[in-house]
Amino acid sequence: MTDVLNAGLAALVVALAIWVVFARDAFAAVVGFIAYGLLLTLVWVQLQGVDVALTEAAIGGGLTGALLVGAASRLRGTEAAARAERPRALVRVAAAALSAAVTAALAIGVLMLPDPAPTLAPQAMANIAATGVGNPITAVLLAFRAMDTLLEAIVLVFALIGVWSLGPDQAWGGRPGLRHRADPNGILAYLARVLPPIGIIVGTYIFWVGADHPGGKFQGATIVAAMWLLAIMAGLADAPPVSRTWVRVGLAAGPLVFIAIGLMGAVTAGAFLAYPDGYAKPLIIVIELALMPTLALILALLIAGAPRRPVEP
Amino acid sequence: MTHLADLVSIVAIVAGAVFFLAGTLGLLRFPDTLTRLHALTKADNLGLGLVVLGLLPQVDGVATGLKLVVVWLLVMLAGACASQLVARAARRGERHD
Repeated sequence: MTDVLNAGLAALVVALAIWVVFARDAFAAVVGFIAYGLLLTLVWVQLQGVDVALTEAAIGGGLTGALLVGAASRLRGTEAAARAERPRALVRVAAAALSAAVTAALAIGVLMLPDPAPTLAPQAMANIAATGVGNPITAVLLAFRAMDTLLEAIVLVFALIGVWSLGPDQAWGGRPGLRHRADPNGILAYLARVLPPIGIIVGTYIFWVGADHPGGKFQGATIVAAMWLLAIMAGLADAPPVSRTWVRVGLAAGPLVFIAIGLMGAVTAGAFLAYPDGYAKPLIIVIELALMPTLALILALLIAGAPRRPVEP
Repeated sequence: MTHLADLVSIVAIVAGAVFFLAGTLGLLRFPDTLTRLHALTKADNLGLGLVVLGLLPQVDGVATGLKLVVVWLLVMLAGACASQLVARAARRGERHD
């Protein structure tokens, strides 16, 4: 019975992926992609990767979906022109051949994996007690492979700087996006008043249980960022100007705390990002606490977009 | 007693699945946006509600049961608000034509 469901799920994912690739309308493709992200979430749940499932739902489906919806609506004006200009047959054949080759290489790579696949999971589980956290994913992300997580946070800051740099010169330092106006008594404003208290609690909870159960700062920060964006889109709040000091400090704080603790490890424990004996858990919590607001800020501002309104006097 | 609980679960979940099926059918077959939204609410509200109701006798604690109920309430809240927004956008689109 489960096999039948899994086979159906896999077929659905592949079919939807093909549909998204072939969809002519950018907006329809984006909607398909969001549904694809939700189906992928179910796949991860079936594979018992609940942490990955949460991330896929929050980032893959939710955040990326919101970014792509914004991109699709901006491209709306140019879509007819883009569709009219068909690349030459040679280009199309070359693109198809390249895509097929990449797919084939990936398929061969996956099918030729040794059985059982090489894994470091037993080693991670054997040493998890030293970190003091109960969720092996969190232990890997913040102790065994903390460097990856640090670089990930820094990459996100760079991504935001990249988005900001797309703003016109006269708007530099101003507020991102356009001012959202909505009926103050309308349903969006209602939702933006009712949902954030619940969403902030859920986001904080998911962040906090990440130490011992599926969850963590990324998923929690996405939910908190979504609540802030909801208030912005309902016109109840406004996105802060990108030149505001607290925005800049907030963006740098998470990675800086992470780097500072890493350097401290170099002095006290003999390696960058090593934690002294017995202090792993408190230090991991400090890093997570510092990263969570930074991530929420980055994720929300990524969606808010490049500064478009001139600096107010 | 457990047999009774299982029976309640089976009946409620099957009924919920029927509402999901009906909602999906309506979404695919109804002619315009407003009627399609109407079909969708059946899946969100009643379908999910019955599935949650069916799962309640199977949970291992009050906290888990409450979480399931909260999930249903949140889905209803989000569904109702999103339907309103879609309906308003659809009406505005009609006026522009």
